[in-house]
Amino acid sequence: MEPFKTMTAKVAPMNRVNVDTDAIVPARYLKRIERTGWGEFLFYDWAHNSDGKLNGDFVLNKPEYKDAKIMVVGENFGSGSSREHAVWAIAQAGYRALVTSSLADIFHNNCFENGVVPVLVDEDTLNMIMENTETIPGYELTVDLESGEIYDSEGLQAHIGVDKEPEEKDISSSDQQGAGIYSEFVVHRDNEAHQFRSYTLQKGLDEIGRTLQQEDKIDEFETKVRGDLK
Amino acid sequence: MGETMFDKIWDGHVVHREPGQADLIYVDLHLVHEVTSPQAFEGLRMNGRTVRRPDLTIATVDHNVPTTDRTLPIEDPISKKQIDTLSDNVEEFGIPYYGMHSKGQGIVHVIGPEQGYTQPGKVIVCGDSHTSTHGAFGAVAMAIGTSQVEHVLATQTLVMPKMKTMEIRVNNQLPVGVTAKDLILGIIGKIGVNGGVGYAIEFTGEAIRSLSMAGRMTVCNMTIEGGSRVGMIAPDETTFEWMRGRPNVPEGAEFEAIVEEWKDLVTDEDAVYDKVIEIDATELTPYVTWGTNPGMVVPVTDNVPDPSSFATELEQESATRALAYMGLEPGVAMKDILIDRVFIGSCTNSRIEDLRNAAAVIKGRRVSPAVQAMVVPGSFVVKMQAESEGIDKTFEEAGFEWREAGCSMCLGMNPDTLSPQERCASTSNRNFEGRQGKEGRTHLVSPEMAAAAAIEGHFVDIRDWK
Repeated sequence: MEPFKTMTAKVAPMNRVNVDTDAIVPARYLKRIERTGWGEFLFYDWAHNSDGKLNGDFVLNKPEYKDAKIMVVGENFGSGSSREHAVWAIAQAGYRALVTSSLADIFHNNCFENGVVPVLVDEDTLNMIMENTETIPGYELTVDLESGEIYDSEGLQAHIGVDKEPEEKDISSSDQQGAGIYSEFVVHRDNEAHQFRSYTLQKGLDEIGRTLQQEDKIDEFETKVRGDLK
Repeated sequence: MGETMFDKIWDGHVVHREPGQADLIYVDLHLVHEVTSPQAFEGLRMNGRTVRRPDLTIATVDHNVPTTDRTLPIEDPISKKQIDTLSDNVEEFGIPYYGMHSKGQGIVHVIGPEQGYTQPGKVIVCGDSHTSTHGAFGAVAMAIGTSQVEHVLATQTLVMPKMKTMEIRVNNQLPVGVTAKDLILGIIGKIGVNGGVGYAIEFTGEAIRSLSMAGRMTVCNMTIEGGSRVGMIAPDETTFEWMRGRPNVPEGAEFEAIVEEWKDLVTDEDAVYDKVIEIDATELTPYVTWGTNPGMVVPVTDNVPDPSSFATELEQESATRALAYMGLEPGVAMKDILIDRVFIGSCTNSRIEDLRNAAAVIKGRRVSPAVQAMVVPGSFVVKMQAESEGIDKTFEEAGFEWREAGCSMCLGMNPDTLSPQERCASTSNRNFEGRQGKEGRTHLVSPEMAAAAAIEGHFVDIRDWK
């Protein structure tokens, strides 16, 4: 995995909430057994018309967002299936960071595994970045994992990581069978785990290799706890 | 202070813990299928690694397999290659395999419990988001990505930060005609599709305790649709009776002894969850989804909502987009929506109990001429059981197609798909855009509601349907 320390790059907007992994890569393309070649399937059914031709109206197909390496996305991005193909498609289409206020759990994990940096920010910051991306031509952001900050040339500067507790919502009195979007349920991210992940991203470490360095502890668990060391 | 069931199981599996780092936890059971594993096996080969515990690993093919005559060759060459790749990989690495022609084949989340591998207290993983299903037995069962599949194959462990805990307590009993599927759809409608993100959810309360194992699996299965990758229910006599006598489950005195251990897994009375949500089961109804995520759901007696009724601009935009995709107008009664297809199946609702319940609804009736309906049993074992009870005949006489086991039209990776604009009443778990086929329109319902909709050609309220 390629290490990530800091990057300044053009931003593309995906201004929708609850974007699911079936939208990111439709299931019918998951039959391939390769790890590469996924970039062309990114948002396939949105990026193409019914006749299979490229949809010029789709935001990521617009020339102004060509060469973007950062995508700013609505909350709960990557919900649904565990398919890592979704992250492969994003990475192989050239994106190295996703800026949002919350990611779905499994997708979030898959990002770390592939060096796609999940940049979690609070909602106000997200809204500001989304607006800047949609209104300022050639808008760029800097993601700096060493300092744990993002900033732009417009004066925006924010810490990476959403650490506040989700606020309680009295759902028992909710009469709204809503679209499933409750901003109160902001993802709580354990700060320590976030730091650990940031460390592995910066080093570009192979997690299996790291774990295998602890093989004696796995042996010990199998011997002492399970009693079935092979 | 006492511990929750999740804490007990998780902490009992910690191989290594260091402050400031994710836990290294041991995996007791790794379920593997053809879609999310080929790149993982390739990774092992590239790095000269092997499978640490093939004896704790089980593989099957479910997503891609045709549900029609399996003596015929698979037509799609890419599907065939993926299936052949798994069978090559399990042979190379010595992994027990329920292949396409095996009597144990089926959807991975149906066969795990059915073959007795799924047991209380285990940590269970699979490269599939509906792995939460196995939590119905009091296991910590969670989805992983392909990189993690490779990690578990190589090390039998997982690097994972411990989740927070949430209790969803469902008080009182479900009304007649309201099923486990409605219960979980109602919960997702209330907490939203991201309400459970970052949490392991334990379902408790009278309504949960009264559910059969099939019902409990349906509830835990769809926990991920509420954003949580772990859903679990404490094991009790219902669990133990369901497990007794299954393959791979201890017998006799050994079984009685392990049951005593399983009883200790339950959450201590003085344990504290990080969050508690209470639901009154008596307020739940049969539900139908109207939009493009499982949180977009209303009681069958309601109308399609007006986007302007939602609180925020983003919700309004989402609803507008969903209605355009679904081809629905605000204000239309859900019961007036005409359907083209019915799908009874998927890891959510394809167990023998689901099929019995649906069959009871349609017995002696005919599927509407406007509807094409199919039943896809969750496993070969379920199919055989159903056929021994004559359930296949009930479905076929009513005009349903009776198929071979697999994921089928839940996600349309095999030839079973919706055509563009086709509208389907489905017992599956996701109504995302394109989920059952490009431009297809999915409405999630219970097996009973799907069966009744097949007969009438539109949604009906199963509670007063005669």
